[in-house]
Amino acid sequence: MNGLQAVFLLAALVSLFSAAMVVSARRMMHAALWLVLTLMGVAVIFVTLQSSFFAVVQILVYVGAIAILIIFSVMLTRRVMEDHGDQILPGWRGAALVVVLLFAVLVGFLALWQGFTALLVELPPEADNLLELGKALVSPQGYVLPFELASVLLVAALIGAITIAVDRKEERGG
Amino acid sequence: MDFLRDPIGFVIQWYVGWLAGLGLPAVWVDVIAKLTGALVLATGAMLFVVFLIWYERKLIGRIQDRFGPNRVGPWGLLQPVADMLKIFTKEYITPIGADKFAYNLAPILAVAAVLLLWSVLPLSMTVVGTDLNVGLLFLIAVGGLGEMSYILAGWGSNNKYALLGAFRLVAQLISYEVPLVLSALVPVMLAGTLSVTGIVEAQEGVWFIVVAPAAALIFFIASIAEIGRSPFDLIEAESELVAGYNIEYSGLKFGMFFVAEFLHAFTVSLIFATVFLGGWRGPGAEEIPILGFVYLMLKTFVVYFVTILFRGTLPRFRIDQMMNLNWKVLTPLSLALIMAMAIAGGLTRDLPIFWQVMAFVLVNLLLLALTDQIMKIARRKKAKVNLAIGTGQPILTSSTKHGTGE
Repeated sequence: MNGLQAVFLLAALVSLFSAAMVVSARRMMHAALWLVLTLMGVAVIFVTLQSSFFAVVQILVYVGAIAILIIFSVMLTRRVMEDHGDQILPGWRGAALVVVLLFAVLVGFLALWQGFTALLVELPPEADNLLELGKALVSPQGYVLPFELASVLLVAALIGAITIAVDRKEERGG
Repeated sequence: MDFLRDPIGFVIQWYVGWLAGLGLPAVWVDVIAKLTGALVLATGAMLFVVFLIWYERKLIGRIQDRFGPNRVGPWGLLQPVADMLKIFTKEYITPIGADKFAYNLAPILAVAAVLLLWSVLPLSMTVVGTDLNVGLLFLIAVGGLGEMSYILAGWGSNNKYALLGAFRLVAQLISYEVPLVLSALVPVMLAGTLSVTGIVEAQEGVWFIVVAPAAALIFFIASIAEIGRSPFDLIEAESELVAGYNIEYSGLKFGMFFVAEFLHAFTVSLIFATVFLGGWRGPGAEEIPILGFVYLMLKTFVVYFVTILFRGTLPRFRIDQMMNLNWKVLTPLSLALIMAMAIAGGLTRDLPIFWQVMAFVLVNLLLLALTDQIMKIARRKKAKVNLAIGTGQPILTSSTKHGTGE
């Protein structure tokens, strides 16, 4: 086992453990903090895959923005969101069965997909993987269509948020 | 390598060679060398704060026609040391009902988030922690971790004033991160890389503050807001409120927040000097790398001096004014600037570099003038509205309502 594998194993264990803690922590705030640790663990896994861009974006978007928003909303609900009861539902066996089945189906379909077994092409050593990613996102042979679709989706979400947030004059007048 | 021309690089090379000479495998040599570098850099940066505090207090004193600290040591140089020793001996008070984990984690995270910023900044041509190919993005992402510490501090102290202070602080930081990121994109576009080292190298001919003065201005304003200095210090507002998120902290835990604040203020000056003022670049800096370090520190202290001047002279914003400036002026301006710079760069791609720079400068100045005009018109309109209200109905002033005779 080399150093990279050791780091990967450690990061994977930390993220899995903290992911379990997210759903089992009794206080919402602690669950949110465990979620931050999970996301950091995923960022470390991106680093071990030599994908520094995804690692940094993972921290920027998920830890810096989304986790902070979650914590923000949790802070507004202090005391309300504390759990004192039994944490295990009565029907947990059925839930576990469904989860295992779903996992098996997902892995099964992924294994059928040809991209799952395709060998990765190694970039030439002088190539910048960030540059290649940027080119792939805007080239017609690459991912320009999904990229543009995601942008349209985000713009729609933005406009929707503004529409909800704006206070209309006719409502105020009435 | 000559010791006199590049002492830091010389010591690093000697240290790595010494480690390799001990018979360790190459991987371990690398790990140990990086760990030592991180330790030295972090300790040095934190000790440097002692000097920064003295420098800032002295300057603020001069601005306010005082002497500043002048009792302990020559020119009061040892005053921060005395303060530091005092803060070491103070009692730790943990409020009842505080969330111990969050309460104790917050000060550590605050300092760590600032120290992490130093890991990708090139201090001279040969001395750089790590040359990440996404360095600038890393700076912004790690800066976001600092917000987490303020939230934890505000929430963990079990105090509603601390919580309110944290809300106010995080609202300001998240808002000003938008123009900060957008204006940082302009140097990225000009350099064609996200790596901080690459951005410094791209400023060989001309500094980016000359090419894109509007972007530099937005970046500077947004970074002052990020460190919560005056005129954006309504998160602290000592003269009106009971501090903010850190009200329940005492002793060294408060000291950690204090160190984080001063170090952050210096670090954003360092980032500004690196991204817009050419970093370590200067005459002879390539032949004699230690000169590059001196140039970088000089540039950083010029920027830091300006932030202190701001702090000493400008009054505090109201919260609505602060939000208006961010969302109605800086954000649209930086968006327009990115588009205009991209178009100008595309149109002048084949021209010689001089005309390219001229086009960029022209675009920047035009946008700044336009923003200024729009702000003036908006202010005039607002004044007119206020005037109309004033003539329509008599305004109760404090003198008519609670006159001296009552």
